Amino acid sequence: MNVDLYERIWMWASGVILAMFLGAILIPAATAGIHPSSHVETVDPTTLATHPEFGTGGVTANSDGSVVVSVAASMFSFSPDPIEVPAGRPITFRITSSDVIHGFQVVGTNVNTMAVPGYVSKTTVTFDKPGQYAITCHEYCGVFHHEMVGTLVVK
Amino acid sequence: MTKHGVAAAHIGAAVVAFAVASLMGVLQALSMADISFPMRSESLYYMAVTSHGVLMALVFTTFFAIGLGYAIAREALGRQTGTRIGWVGFWLAIAGAAAAAWTILTGQSSVMYTFYPPLQAHPLFYIGATLIVVDSWIWVGIILFSYRSWRREHPSDPIPAPAHAVMATAILWSLATVGLAIEVVGMLIPWSLGWFEKIDPMVARTYFWWFGHPLVYFWLMPAYTLWYFVLPHIAGGRLFSDKLARMVFVLFLLLSTPVGFHHQFSDPGITAGWKLAHTITTYAVLYPSFVTAFTIIASLEVAGRMKGAKGLFDWIGKLPWRDPFFASIALAIIGFAFGGFGGAINAAYAMNALVHNTAFIQGHFHVTLGTTVALTFMGASYWLLPRILGRELRFPAVARIQPYLWFFGMTIFSTAYHIAGIRGLPRRVYSASLNGSLGGDWHTLTVAAAIGAIVLFTSAMAYVFVVAATWFAGRKIEAPAIEFAQPVKPEPVAGIWDRLGMWTAIAAVLVIIAYAYPLYQLISHPRFGSPGFKPF
Repeated sequence: MNVDLYERIWMWASGVILAMFLGAILIPAATAGIHPSSHVETVDPTTLATHPEFGTGGVTANSDGSVVVSVAASMFSFSPDPIEVPAGRPITFRITSSDVIHGFQVVGTNVNTMAVPGYVSKTTVTFDKPGQYAITCHEYCGVFHHEMVGTLVVK
Repeated sequence: MTKHGVAAAHIGAAVVAFAVASLMGVLQALSMADISFPMRSESLYYMAVTSHGVLMALVFTTFFAIGLGYAIAREALGRQTGTRIGWVGFWLAIAGAAAAAWTILTGQSSVMYTFYPPLQAHPLFYIGATLIVVDSWIWVGIILFSYRSWRREHPSDPIPAPAHAVMATAILWSLATVGLAIEVVGMLIPWSLGWFEKIDPMVARTYFWWFGHPLVYFWLMPAYTLWYFVLPHIAGGRLFSDKLARMVFVLFLLLSTPVGFHHQFSDPGITAGWKLAHTITTYAVLYPSFVTAFTIIASLEVAGRMKGAKGLFDWIGKLPWRDPFFASIALAIIGFAFGGFGGAINAAYAMNALVHNTAFIQGHFHVTLGTTVALTFMGASYWLLPRILGRELRFPAVARIQPYLWFFGMTIFSTAYHIAGIRGLPRRVYSASLNGSLGGDWHTLTVAAAIGAIVLFTSAMAYVFVVAATWFAGRKIEAPAIEFAQPVKPEPVAGIWDRLGMWTAIAAVLVIIAYAYPLYQLISHPRFGSPGFKPF
């Protein structure tokens, strides 16, 4: 194709920049397993109240030191609330919803996922800094969406 | 009215939607910042978010893109077949938009413009949206049939470049709306009418984003059409590269649909590998925008030099900064640079977790849709209305200031929301203090955004005022011609980028590759479904 020299330089430079962007994503994904939460598991949202794991939700400490937090989101609260977890240990959040789609974001951390009825989201994180964190619902879920705030206490 | 009646009707309806949506926008910004006003309430806020989103992102943009596409294709091809059917489509869309708007404004459909189930809107909300899409399909048909008629008389010529751009947009839209039609007609309408009880939210969401990202390009490509084929002419120059313009529109046709999972990075039910695959196509679709940046700016430099500029940068000063069309688009391009940076962050797979569903996203699409597209469309109105209405632009001094005011307001507004989002403020909240316990710098930033929103609202009303005054009280003149930029080197023969049939087939294959298996995975594991909820 007959393209002006400067434009050809620009097009190659654009290609190189995009390749670098993609490299910055693909290399950590391949070598360090860095992915967004992409768990595939389903659960019946209409009977969640009697579900053994999500009925009340809760924090389970495993013998290997890891911790699993099961969270049921519903209009307009998270259960359990507050959530207490230890610092410096891998915490796996398992999250679902009993009604509409909610969000689950621990403000100031990388924990940011969706709570979709019928599906279980999973994300693992280690909190280094003890303290109190706000959990916000970031997907519109109804007229009191903004009041859907939980508390995470890292000890 | 001139031969462009059906185009003008669509643009008029777009401006009405824009006026209502602007009011809803400023109310939201005030509410988030906890600035009190009469009638402020939670339900008003979420109704306002829904109507602002639906009227801006779906009604204003679609009607404007259709109107503009009709006018440009008609001029470029020298004909328009089936105009009468176009009018039928227009009135269907008006009926649909009015029905949907009624259910929203009466508080029965506060489901946002993404209308994720199991939030359930009034059935007329979905049916009304469908009628708008039916009009857009009629538009696609008219564009393609007009082209066929032209082709019969010009068997071997290259497609007129502006018509090539409109056709690529129309074909892209057809591919995108398949996903929407499956979701809305196949799932949401029967479910909202109570014909079946349960719906799978993830399947619906995935169909939505099959449509939702190319929707962005359905807004952007009409803007690019003006940047490539009208802006250089208004600036007094030439289009730098005809061939690359065609390449860019074909790349958008190919790449802007198989990218939807970048809106679903945080979703369960979709495996990481497929999210990564859509990340690659997402970065690929940045490429045609990079090429556009060069071609457009080079075309403007050509314009400046044709007016006698000699030095490295003095061509910038030779450009017609006082022309409202030129100023709008130049500012829109600056906005798009920032929009592109933010977009690259959103698309960054893992880094997205920092900004996903925060106010950063609000900041982002107000520099892309809200600046790049909206400002281009506003500027386009000043250029196009005299040409399709045969009336002189009224209050040109207001039109001259209005784009700068918009850009100034948007800079404050979107910068504040970008920062608030990085600091964790969730998007679409009635109050930045959430349940009253939070706030701090979130509050300060949303107050800044509210000030920006008031400036934006002032600018929006100035735009609506100029359009209305021109429409109803503009002096009748002989409509100036719609003229397109001549390329520096015109294409002598139809090349590979003109083979739109082949590109359409490849684009369809890419959509199938991107979506067939993930959708199969979604429907193959045990599914339970959700009944509808109306918590508004």
